[in-house]
Amino acid sequence: MKKPDVREVLKERILVLDGAMGSLIQTYNLTEEDFRGEKFKDHPHSLKGNNDLVGISRPDVLKEIHCLYLEAGADIIETNTFSGTTIAQADYHLEHAVHDINYYSAKIAKEAADEYTAKNPDKPRYVAGSIGPTNRTASMSPDVNDPGYRAVTFDQLVTAYSEQVKALIEGGVDILLVETIFDTLNAKAAMVAISNVQEELNTNLPVMISGTITDASGRTLSGQTAEAFLTSVSHMDLLSVGFNCALGADLMRPYLEVLSNNTSFGVSAHPNAGLPNEMGEYDESPSDMQKQIVGFLDRGLVNIIGGCCGTTPAHIKAIADAAAKYQPRKSINFTFETTH
Amino acid sequence: MPLHPDYPGDYKYKWHNYQPLRLSGLEPLVLTPETNFVNIGERTNVTGSKAFLRLIKDEKYDEALVVARDQVEGGAQIIDINMDEGMIDGVESMKRFLNLIAAEPDISKVPIMIDSSKWEIIEEGLKCVQGKCIVNSISLKVGEERFIWEAKQVKKYGAAVIVMAFDEVGQADNYERRIEIVKRSYDLLVGPKINFAPQDIIFDLNIFPVATGMEEHRKNAVDFFQATRWVRENLPAAHVSGGVSNVSFSFRGNNAMREAIHSAFLYHAIKEGMDMGIVNPAMLEVYDDINKDLLERVEDVLLDRRDDATERLLEFAESVKGGTKEKKADDAWRSESVEKRLAHALVKGIADFVEIDVEEARHQYTRPLHIIEGPLMDGMNIVGDLFGSGKMFLPQVVKSARVMKKAVAYLLPFLEADKSEGTSTSAGKVLMATVKGDVHDIGKNIVGVVLACNNYEIIDIGVMVSCDKILAEAIKHNVDIIGLSGLITPSLDEMVYVAKEMERQGFKIPLLIGGATTSKVHTAVKIEQHYTGNQAVHVLDASRAVTVANSLLGENKAKYVEDVKAEYDRMRVNHAKKKAQKDTISIEEAQKNHFPIEWKSEDIVKPKFLGVKTITDIQLEEIVPYIDWTPFFQTWELHGKFPKILEDKVVGVEATTVYNDALKMLNQIVAEKWLTNKAVIGLWPANAVGDDIELYTDESRTTLLDKFHMLRQQSKKTDDAYNMALSDFVAPKTTGIADYMGAFAVTTGLGIEPHIAKFEADHDDYSSILLKALADRLAEAFTELMHAKVRKEIWGYDAAETLTNEALIKEEYKGIRPAPGYPACPDHTEKWTIFKLLDAEKNAGIQLTDSLAMYPASSVSGWYFGHPKSKYFGIGKIEKDQAEQYAQRKGESLEFIEKWLSPNLNY
Repeated sequence: MKKPDVREVLKERILVLDGAMGSLIQTYNLTEEDFRGEKFKDHPHSLKGNNDLVGISRPDVLKEIHCLYLEAGADIIETNTFSGTTIAQADYHLEHAVHDINYYSAKIAKEAADEYTAKNPDKPRYVAGSIGPTNRTASMSPDVNDPGYRAVTFDQLVTAYSEQVKALIEGGVDILLVETIFDTLNAKAAMVAISNVQEELNTNLPVMISGTITDASGRTLSGQTAEAFLTSVSHMDLLSVGFNCALGADLMRPYLEVLSNNTSFGVSAHPNAGLPNEMGEYDESPSDMQKQIVGFLDRGLVNIIGGCCGTTPAHIKAIADAAAKYQPRKSINFTFETTH
Repeated sequence: MPLHPDYPGDYKYKWHNYQPLRLSGLEPLVLTPETNFVNIGERTNVTGSKAFLRLIKDEKYDEALVVARDQVEGGAQIIDINMDEGMIDGVESMKRFLNLIAAEPDISKVPIMIDSSKWEIIEEGLKCVQGKCIVNSISLKVGEERFIWEAKQVKKYGAAVIVMAFDEVGQADNYERRIEIVKRSYDLLVGPKINFAPQDIIFDLNIFPVATGMEEHRKNAVDFFQATRWVRENLPAAHVSGGVSNVSFSFRGNNAMREAIHSAFLYHAIKEGMDMGIVNPAMLEVYDDINKDLLERVEDVLLDRRDDATERLLEFAESVKGGTKEKKADDAWRSESVEKRLAHALVKGIADFVEIDVEEARHQYTRPLHIIEGPLMDGMNIVGDLFGSGKMFLPQVVKSARVMKKAVAYLLPFLEADKSEGTSTSAGKVLMATVKGDVHDIGKNIVGVVLACNNYEIIDIGVMVSCDKILAEAIKHNVDIIGLSGLITPSLDEMVYVAKEMERQGFKIPLLIGGATTSKVHTAVKIEQHYTGNQAVHVLDASRAVTVANSLLGENKAKYVEDVKAEYDRMRVNHAKKKAQKDTISIEEAQKNHFPIEWKSEDIVKPKFLGVKTITDIQLEEIVPYIDWTPFFQTWELHGKFPKILEDKVVGVEATTVYNDALKMLNQIVAEKWLTNKAVIGLWPANAVGDDIELYTDESRTTLLDKFHMLRQQSKKTDDAYNMALSDFVAPKTTGIADYMGAFAVTTGLGIEPHIAKFEADHDDYSSILLKALADRLAEAFTELMHAKVRKEIWGYDAAETLTNEALIKEEYKGIRPAPGYPACPDHTEKWTIFKLLDAEKNAGIQLTDSLAMYPASSVSGWYFGHPKSKYFGIGKIEKDQAEQYAQRKGESLEFIEKWLSPNLNY
């Protein structure tokens, strides 16, 4: 059975994205041995906390978490591959595991999504391959004394992202999601990688781009305003452009308005459950978050809505319940004259 | 004031259904329909700003950033960055500067325009900038395929693009050509092959100088204005830009005039719809503040409203410079000496009295030629100096040239009468060409006019002229001088090539180098010393061309050439000093950073045989399986790897044909024993002493047999890389470990001549080339076979080796067999030692020519190194300290070493 293209579904209703992955994995209290599994049992470095490995070493845990979010009403679940690049995995000396991380994580997410689509074909579920920012920036120097220095080059990023994107597509994702973008140049490298790989594999998966406004300055970490960010990533035909992480829903709203007023693409948001409290924990309750999301919905700001750090299946259920009552944002349509 | 009677009024934006052009730095810049004009800063451009170029060359990036910041603070909404200069590394400079800008929020808030004629520089720029920038530029210059490819890349990187009004034929210089090219470019861009967003397309419609004094430039501004209007009316959402300062090029040095012209030009261009431009805000007068009389004259020129518009503007230009107070003394110059009168007439462009004055001079000078070379040239030199320092303008120079021509024409009959002295009527024939890959010819045409006015015969063979054609035409017309022109950076390399070809083909005439990106230092460092047939000279501008040409063809040539050579030598030395400091280290440091091998006796296998051995019992059919076929196809200019090349879509059929012919001939060669193969090898006890390798007569290592001398890499290495020399692969004498090395000379070319002669007698070039190519392949194959035999049997250090031919080609074996004259030891003269030790002439029948080529040609000689860590590398450039040390070690003079190693010298 073939499910409809997500691009078509997005015109009809607001789609709900899932919530945080890391905090749910933590609840399983996985040990060093759990993270290692059979495959990495002799790896010479500690692997505890390398969440992206769960799909390989504890696929049962990963699938269970995906199912919790699907049960809560998520239309789109994200693969557990936020750090699935050779650059990010270098911290664990696991560059060679990148293909498997992406391929198996995508496969498990797809399995879970397909089960739920089969249960209720009227609510098809989609898998978004999560592509994180890596832990290096292409347009900033980590060395204050040498502002021209770069710890990573554009070409290195394109290579690393290409490997990730390819494995995600092979694992069966429906969407590619470049997220938590704190440096737009990194995102542009990911977009080049996506174009190249899709050209090579002859696929045409929709792409979501999601930046991060760091704080109340209203800028990304690399210094761009929301509108400058939007301009810098609009050269590709996108399913959506949006923001995630760093801010709670209330603080994110003005920047979503900038996007909503200036783009013909869909707009997405997956904010944190508020700001971290003095213990570093996110404590905004599902109902509090729901109220703020309703604020987005009332203004017709978004087409895709979900949660980032601190959000749980309960948050997603609250968001899904609210979103179901609203029409999706109407995109600005620039009607193009045909002159040829 | 309207443009003309049927002027339709100011352009009104009509594409409201399209998205606006959006750009970004840290902040957005949106060109809405209401945007009047976006001002692009031009000072961070090495081709336009000498000051900025100097900062980049000297790596004063902090100060370069100040230039960028000043522009943004001064109102530039976008900054154009250009690093196209032959003497700097454009890619590296672009990257470094953009990375530094990214760390300066008060600069990087505005969008960047990445400006280069080289794609690799543009691409590097695109990889450094997070915002949406503009690529400046792409064009149809080399055809649609490249245009489409570049446009797609620009799109993938997410930038807007400037498209130049250029195509395969050349640069659009009138209204119709501009429309033709932009329409074609636009249709391609928005069409299905590229799908470029129409609002992201910006056309540069070529702003050309006005008031040049040349008839064909009269409509330069009007054509631009009308083409701008056409683009904005007819190409949905597209924009128009241009480099404004070009329009006032004739008035270099007179800023007051330039500011007025820029301002009036922009005033009209913006009304026609030009909405972006590269402008120096400091060089703009406020339109309304322009003196009304001046404005009228400027607009007469821009709008081509009067026949005498240029002259009237020039008159005014002189007054703006403050030089009109001499009116009363107007005729005073007539009472000066005849020399001064001629000079005055030339400088002022007054032709009225020139014949009288020349006639008078004729009675004072013994020969008419002396008038030309004396007072007339003196006058032209003054003109050249004034023009060069911005005190005279191009149209005036053209007028001066006409006075000169009139004077020369008057003298012509007298010159002919003077024929006994061997005087020719024309000052000389000059061939002018814009080099391959370049289409700019304004400068070249001007030089042509000026030279023609000075009695030179000009053979202008146009633009994009290949080296072959330039040289063929030069020979055909028997010219006295070749003049090369080019404006874009890649032309520099082409000029170097032409100079080298002139050298190779034995030309004996002067070579002039000119054009905007050329420079004296480039000519000195990259061109002059490669052409020894005559003098190569850089010509700064049109007026200098006459002085230079006269000097090169005149009686005082020797002195002039001496001066030029001295100056260029000095520039080369300075350049080398500056450059050398950066990337090399002293030979002592390099020797310290040698390739480290932990020497252990067990890694070294004592050869089963020591001494010299001749091998003549290997049959040709044993050699055939070792053939590496890929280079065979390269000989035939068929490119691809064997055996895949046989199925190649493009060359597969041709490759298969020649391959079959080759196999057929190879069978004949083997069966009928056309060729005889011989090899001689030697293996000796050896130890390294410094960078030399000592060979010993026997295992006692007491008697020195001979020495091989090796060179060492001297480039500055990164932390984990070494300065290699081949001697690093032999155990140093100080370790006390017994080591060995070998040498070889092999040939498969013996007996080839009668077969070649037979083919050539039949006019069968194909078979002749085929045979030579096969013999070469066999020589390489035989070398491979012998190396394997040495590894496995004769030396026997890798007796267990079993490698396929493919693995051999990939050099997967242990040990190496480098050849003198190749990268690891570029000194060909080491062959003398090898040949002496092996007695290769007697044992293998190979001779060395004076230039150390081997005969028969199908021969290979070299060394054997057996250590498992030994590997191939390239020496690169060496410094004088090493050359001196090397000369001493070899017992040769430094001159001798420098002669043989000239391509490797970094000084």
